[in-house]
Amino acid sequence: MTARELALQLSAKFSGLISEPTEFRGEITVKVMDAGRIAEVCALAKSELGFDYLVDITSVDNYGEDPRFEMDYLLYGYGHRCYLRLKTDVSEEKGGLPTVTGVWRTADWHEREIYDMMGLRFVGHPDLRRILMWEGYPYFPLRKDFPLAGKGSEVPEVAFTEPAPLQGGPFVTIAGGKDTISREPRVRIPETDALEMNARLERRRDIKEAHGKAHGPGRIEPPAQTAKP
Amino acid sequence: MQATAQIGYDSKSEGDVIVTRLDAALNWFRKNSLWPMPMGLACCAIELMAAGASRFDIARFGAEVMRFSPRQSDVMIVAGTVTYKMALAVKRIYDQMAEPKWVVAMGACASTGGMYRSYAVLQGVDHILPVDVYVAGCPPRPEALLDALIKLQDKIAKEPVLSTLKKVA
Repeated sequence: MTARELALQLSAKFSGLISEPTEFRGEITVKVMDAGRIAEVCALAKSELGFDYLVDITSVDNYGEDPRFEMDYLLYGYGHRCYLRLKTDVSEEKGGLPTVTGVWRTADWHEREIYDMMGLRFVGHPDLRRILMWEGYPYFPLRKDFPLAGKGSEVPEVAFTEPAPLQGGPFVTIAGGKDTISREPRVRIPETDALEMNARLERRRDIKEAHGKAHGPGRIEPPAQTAKP
Repeated sequence: MQATAQIGYDSKSEGDVIVTRLDAALNWFRKNSLWPMPMGLACCAIELMAAGASRFDIARFGAEVMRFSPRQSDVMIVAGTVTYKMALAVKRIYDQMAEPKWVVAMGACASTGGMYRSYAVLQGVDHILPVDVYVAGCPPRPEALLDALIKLQDKIAKEPVLSTLKKVA
């Protein structure tokens, strides 16, 4: 029994719902055309095709395309030792799909993570709470339209967030450079550095007032405007 | 002995009497029995544990009494990545510590957020606490933490005590 044969058996059970299996580097993928029936497909893959282990569920944000989200389910069978990947698309309007917690209980936390990070909802999930961020955090940070630096938020008495200044790098890479230096420009803008440092000192002064203790360096003046080449 | 010469004590002529300033004596008590609150949040905590174990032996500096109760601690060693989810808990534990109290930011993450320029990580514990000593490194070796401890002791030795005491009405 190979993964391709199992995939063909699966598409035979659901005529028209499941695409032809595609192979990439020895791994078989099929696409489920209707995300609303993913739980049915998974239930049958487990009960009749022996996929008794759900390795992982992940989601992809194809921002700017329609449908926007893609869900990947990686299945494995301890009996036949084959892997199978199921993919399905979820549009932004729908924003959700049926849960597979009824098929594999391990899907509980996988789906909570996807809900937390990507904001997709799983219909019928027994306990759909955030798993990494706290209740009340207003964003879904792995969406492509969420800025790399993060956003400010506050849930009183629980947690707050502030945007992290990226200063043009080193975490912002530019594709196509001929070497690492041009791909990862460590841009330093002295004026911006001084602004940020002073904002930081401002916060320290608040702490000092609250605790009556001095610490840290003094205020930094921005450097005089230098001639640009 | 060298130590007795430093405080100008001659047992032959002065008997059991030591003359010093009260500030200096209080600071001497304080700096030689700093009880740390080990705020271990990431891999720096492993180096913190190494600093406490026999090879590096933080007991040589009187700071071996790791207290997991903030009420009994003098210095909070923030060892690791402070996430926003943990930040207010760290602040709360600091607030529960009795005065006088100090803070050591151990490692790049506690000092500045380190490599985590991220939506989830506080960019330096000095956004919420008054830090006395920053330790560079990712993670810093135990020697670096011991050096920070010695620097903190030097700082404590110079702190005014009596002039800053609050008057009880």
